[in-house]
Amino acid sequence: MAQSETSLSARLPSALKDAAIAAFISLALFAFIVGIRTVDDPGKLLLEPRPWLLAGFVGAVFFGRLFLNLFFWSGAHTSEALTSALAPVGQIFERISPWLTPALVVFAITLPFLPFTDRYILDVAIMVMTYIMLGWGLNVVVGLAGLLDLGYVAFYAVGAYSYALVATHFGLSFWVALPLAGLLAALWGIILGFPVLRLRGDYLAIVTLAFGEIIRIVLINWYSLTNGPDGISRIPRPTFFGLELTRRGEPSFHEFFGIPYSPLNRIIFLFYIILVLALITNFVTNRLRRLPLGRAWEALREDEIACRSLGINTRNTKLSAFAIGAMFGGFAGSFFATRQGFISPESFTFIESAIILAIVVLGGMGSQIGVVVASIVMIGGFELFRELEHYRMLMFGLAMVLIMIWRPRGLITSREPSVFLKEKKAVSGELVQEGKG
Amino acid sequence: MTAPWEKDPILRVRHLTMRFGGLVAIDNLSFDVGRNDITALIGPNGAGKTTVFNCLTGFYKPTEGMIRMTHADGNEFLLERLDDHVIARQARVARTFQNIRLFGGMTVLENLMVAQHNPLVHASRFAIAGLFGLAGFKRAEREAVERSKHWLEKIDLVDRADDPAADLPYGAQRRLEIARAMCMQPVILCLDEPAAGLNPRESDQLNTLLLDIRKEEQIAILLIEHDMSVVMEISDHIAVLDYGIKISDGTPDFVRSDPHVIAAYLGVEDEEVA
Ligand SMILES: Nc1ncnc2c1ncn2[C@@H]1O[C@H](COP(=O)(O)OP(=O)(O)O)[C@@H](O)[C@H]1O
Ligand SMILES: [Mg+2]
Repeated sequence: MAQSETSLSARLPSALKDAAIAAFISLALFAFIVGIRTVDDPGKLLLEPRPWLLAGFVGAVFFGRLFLNLFFWSGAHTSEALTSALAPVGQIFERISPWLTPALVVFAITLPFLPFTDRYILDVAIMVMTYIMLGWGLNVVVGLAGLLDLGYVAFYAVGAYSYALVATHFGLSFWVALPLAGLLAALWGIILGFPVLRLRGDYLAIVTLAFGEIIRIVLINWYSLTNGPDGISRIPRPTFFGLELTRRGEPSFHEFFGIPYSPLNRIIFLFYIILVLALITNFVTNRLRRLPLGRAWEALREDEIACRSLGINTRNTKLSAFAIGAMFGGFAGSFFATRQGFISPESFTFIESAIILAIVVLGGMGSQIGVVVASIVMIGGFELFRELEHYRMLMFGLAMVLIMIWRPRGLITSREPSVFLKEKKAVSGELVQEGKG
Repeated sequence: MTAPWEKDPILRVRHLTMRFGGLVAIDNLSFDVGRNDITALIGPNGAGKTTVFNCLTGFYKPTEGMIRMTHADGNEFLLERLDDHVIARQARVARTFQNIRLFGGMTVLENLMVAQHNPLVHASRFAIAGLFGLAGFKRAEREAVERSKHWLEKIDLVDRADDPAADLPYGAQRRLEIARAMCMQPVILCLDEPAAGLNPRESDQLNTLLLDIRKEEQIAILLIEHDMSVVMEISDHIAVLDYGIKISDGTPDFVRSDPHVIAAYLGVEDEEVA
């Protein structure tokens, strides 16, 4: 902050230079975006130059930047200032995180019966829980094994279509089809995992991204099986031990228990299903982390060569991470299908993969509670800004940039050891590798 | 006259050649490693020592040659044909790296537990039994922790068991890497320049540790070093490599006085020696 004391005139040259560079960059960018306009003259397309508008834009950038340079950005980098200003928030966050887990679980269990809960809140809660489950599933692949997967939505789609197809064609109930869908997704996890075993980093990300798209395009074009872009409708709803949660169900839930029929019953039931599924995901992942398999995933993320020198079969270890992550994605997919009652390839675009990955990265790679907080913030935030429509994406992008400046390693950065001798000490996030695979 | 290590070697390297494009990193190298010896592979930087290790442990597939390993029970392994993790798991070859490769974000204890991955995976029945916390797995895990503790005591790091490995000082990281390799219960321990970067006191401790390992565990130790003086005290057998070619092979006393070795280390022209 010492530089803030230097006089204005001393800072003028560097400020002018910086503003000129910014103006030049904006000139290059805006020249084609605002500098030229295409006019549709009957029969041909004309280019109409707009030099004054362009000059206005570039001038605004130049003087705006100069003004900011002189009066606001005095010295210290803004990103550093932001980081230090927000550091206490992060520390508080780390401190309350042990109590956060039980508090959130209790809150989730009681949510349907809280006085302010209505259908809208339950719908949002179901969506948040679905993303928490997806985030936890992807966390196995990205957070623990350190394999950057940009096509996770593929397994979500496989799970959803598996359930939709077996339910509509063979009449299997949700509870029978659920494990089946999970297994199929795991199988696809292994099939897609094989070709990418040797790829690392950026290459792995690109190929997995392509896989996500391939699955979606196959779903669109395989009309005879998937009904193409029209999707699959009338997917059966889940039953409560054979009791249907509809008004005229045979047998129906409300008649069996002698309570008045309410359409909310079904929503509450769905909420508990996804809550249980998500908690199972969390339990299994936490358990696996303490087993040799999970420890090998983390070791793989830290140093693959050392793993091989210790006799770990890195191929199988990677495939197991893909398979288990995909399985949870498949479960979540079947839930999605049974909740919506209708699915089409449109629900499984790249943006879904991006949101799930953003939840994992934002939460802090490998952190289970981080995923919960990130899902609530992101999906809840999406809902808050629903009126803003397409500015939503802008806000989302801005929030991501700010958070990544503030906490480049996500909200929860410390890693909990899987085994300890005397006392359990969290490992600081700075020491943990993010994985190159 | 046959040297003692040639009688019942644990490792027989024959005509080992490794080429990288036009560069011959190892040229027709043959040597034996005695079953309970400390064998040193020495040579100036770039002589091809690390490449020999990479061939032994399956990280490189040698261009030519054979590496035959014979366990005490008579089991034979042709290492040049096996994958790296199979060599570690079945042939029980453990190694360390010239640039330390610990799992920095995991604790010291976790590092040692990862080294016992294979017996633990077996005991956890590929995670199924472990998931339900069955007794057999619990016992295996307790044994693994005990073995880790045993090695932590040997390297004097019990107090730091729950700290991240990356937080340890350099010398301690070197020792931890050796302990991690030993947790695999190997029959041969390959150390790539373990004394590099250690101060004289740590270097002494290292020698004590290695002699202790050989005595207690009855295993072979293969040691790479570019500084000759470090290995003279503790080695039973030394092979000297220069530009991928073995220029000397024998007891420390023999190697110390071998004119080829002196020439290689002092940079004297070959003609002057011959
Ligand atoms: N993967 C590789 N590709 C190409 N050249 C290599 C590779 N590994 C080692 N070399 C070369 O082989 C020679 C021996 O290297 P190395 O075995 O590391 O020597 P030392 O360990 O004795 O210092 C060096 O010239 C090195 O550049
Ligand atoms: Mg070397």
